[in-house]
Amino acid sequence: MAEIAIRVENLGKKYRIGSRQESYKTLRDSLTDTALRPLRAVRSWAGRNGSSRAEPAEIWALKDVSFEVKRGEVVGIIGRNGAGKSTLLKILSRITEPTEGYAEIHGRVGSLLEVGTGFHPELTGRENIYLNGAILGMKKAEIERKFDEMVSFAGVEKFIDTPVKHYSTGMYLRLAFAVAAHLDPEILLVDEVLAVGDAAFQKKCLGKMRQVANEGRTVFFVSHNITVIRKLCTSGLYLNSGALLRAGSIAPVCNLYLHSLVESGVLRHNGISLQVTVLNKGGAPLEEWPVGEEIRVHLTIDTEADLIRPAIDLALYSPDTVKIFAVQSDRFPSKHWPVSCRHLITEFRIVNTGLTIPEVYLDVGVRPQATRGYIGLFQQVEVIPVSPVGLQAHSRSDGLLCLPTQVLVIDAK
Amino acid sequence: MSAVTEVTPQAAEGRKSESVPVLRIEPSKGWVSLKLDELWEYRELLYFLVWRDVKVRYKQTVLGAAWAIIQPFFTMVVFSIFFGKLANMPSDKVPYPIFAYAALVPWNFFANGLSQSSDSLVGAANLIKKVYFPRLAIPIAAVLSGVVDFAISFTVLLAMMAYYGIAPTLHVAWLPLLLLLAFVTALGVGMWLSALNVEFRDVRYTVPFLIQFWMFATPIAYPSSLLYRSWRTIYALNPMVGVIEGFRWALLGTKTKPGMMILVSSLAAVLILIGGAFYFRRMEKTFADVV
Repeated sequence: MAEIAIRVENLGKKYRIGSRQESYKTLRDSLTDTALRPLRAVRSWAGRNGSSRAEPAEIWALKDVSFEVKRGEVVGIIGRNGAGKSTLLKILSRITEPTEGYAEIHGRVGSLLEVGTGFHPELTGRENIYLNGAILGMKKAEIERKFDEMVSFAGVEKFIDTPVKHYSTGMYLRLAFAVAAHLDPEILLVDEVLAVGDAAFQKKCLGKMRQVANEGRTVFFVSHNITVIRKLCTSGLYLNSGALLRAGSIAPVCNLYLHSLVESGVLRHNGISLQVTVLNKGGAPLEEWPVGEEIRVHLTIDTEADLIRPAIDLALYSPDTVKIFAVQSDRFPSKHWPVSCRHLITEFRIVNTGLTIPEVYLDVGVRPQATRGYIGLFQQVEVIPVSPVGLQAHSRSDGLLCLPTQVLVIDAK
Repeated sequence: MSAVTEVTPQAAEGRKSESVPVLRIEPSKGWVSLKLDELWEYRELLYFLVWRDVKVRYKQTVLGAAWAIIQPFFTMVVFSIFFGKLANMPSDKVPYPIFAYAALVPWNFFANGLSQSSDSLVGAANLIKKVYFPRLAIPIAAVLSGVVDFAISFTVLLAMMAYYGIAPTLHVAWLPLLLLLAFVTALGVGMWLSALNVEFRDVRYTVPFLIQFWMFATPIAYPSSLLYRSWRTIYALNPMVGVIEGFRWALLGTKTKPGMMILVSSLAAVLILIGGAFYFRRMEKTFADVV
């Protein structure tokens, strides 16, 4: 029986925008506000200048959020900007207080909402390690024990007694992350900290995150990078405008999120707008793509100028951007393709003959027939989760595909 | 911060082999407890914050820690010229320069502590928005870091006493308590002002005035013996009166008998401190949203 790490019940957080959150008040504002209040009351009583302008606007950054997380789960929190992801982390890490509801946390919490919080430019690397470690909640003895490890993780041995203001951005980030990475609470809350730094740095961060996850600790992870979320997380929370739309295992939660992205935002490029829907063979939105099953990639294209003899390319990529498969519509001669149009709906039907990777990314290109140059290229328009169900036992190799194979012994002596 | 109550894990909840601390995060209502035990738990952070402030204070200055001496010393010179020489201010039968300097050392500790702490929360906005820890640690660290400056300028006071041939009395044993009184006063007012400053930035512009007025309401340039005895008790409601008179009495052996004044000052300081602490804790929950 897995134990509960976090239980959240009807959690809500209300912000008063304008007066409280955005700009600080001056005493004068407060005084004039108080002085004008009776006047406003008279006005709204008279029916003019309704209450909408006078009252500070309130927004619920979170509303009625309830969920439970078991110990050892790695939870990805996804949603658009302003969905309430960071607010949720801030409440769980006790930085801000909820307006209603409660959260119950079983275990020590460490939160990492930013790398290098409290770093002081005038202090040396060594001094900042101690300061930042203490700020993140480590004990002095703990920092001392892990000090060498942190320094070598950051790779700044030579500069450890140099003030960090002389560090390069990369060194600074590595050092900051090194301290944070050696925090080991039972529950770790991580905000979009991986968005900074170069590819090598991000890879290092991800490696560390994976290690933390493998150690059986509970991790909350906010990111806009769905690929990373899918790789790291076991379950997901999908927030939209402060409400929890879906919670559960990671694949369907991510799917729902990606669908919502495509559906509400029609993709546009070069005067071409594209809408992509991926359906299963029954015509319902696809959740997962099992082996042997067909999917229907439904494309709706609208243009401002006439499309002359259009052709559509479709390509599937693996998460590490290896092209698995590409198809050109003009290789399938059909008399139905229009000579000229401004509205075009096509459907590609593709069968999964044995993909072994967890997901494929979809690119769509629009070009005139018999040419190579795209007039519209849409990259990573969809992520299609692939179900491992139905794969042969021998598919657990390094490849992208599992081809029907037989292995025989012809001779043995 | 959040109202976090320790809940004992219920027996029915599972067969837990180890005891896991359970926190409950929920909206707090009304006046909240000071949670001094939690502050104690974070004492290492407090230490590091003080240590940072001390380390950073005189970085990239040419004169460095000498500033801790220059400020009170030159104020003393100016006071000695204008009040001591020109105005012939009485100085309780000790030489005026040391009379003024013995007051300026604790006063500077108080004034710096007050201005640093009232700006401390706004200055630590980035920390407040990104990490949880007892927020009280911030103004406390701001005042505590002034102890180093105090110690530096105090050595000059000892040198001056040697120069004037004044031996300290046995009452010096009271000095730590008098310093504590100055600390409590600075922190108490600092907590009020820092919490107010989060919401009303007017505080930032008020503090220099406040310190200036307060200085004249405190017997630094003049002795409190100028006042009628009956008024001195009321005068001592300003806690710094007790501190300054105490310092002179303990170090210079002035015959003011400040016992009653120190008592009144201590009571006033403790009231300010307790009020400030509760006000601070009450406002604390909105710091991260407002600052």
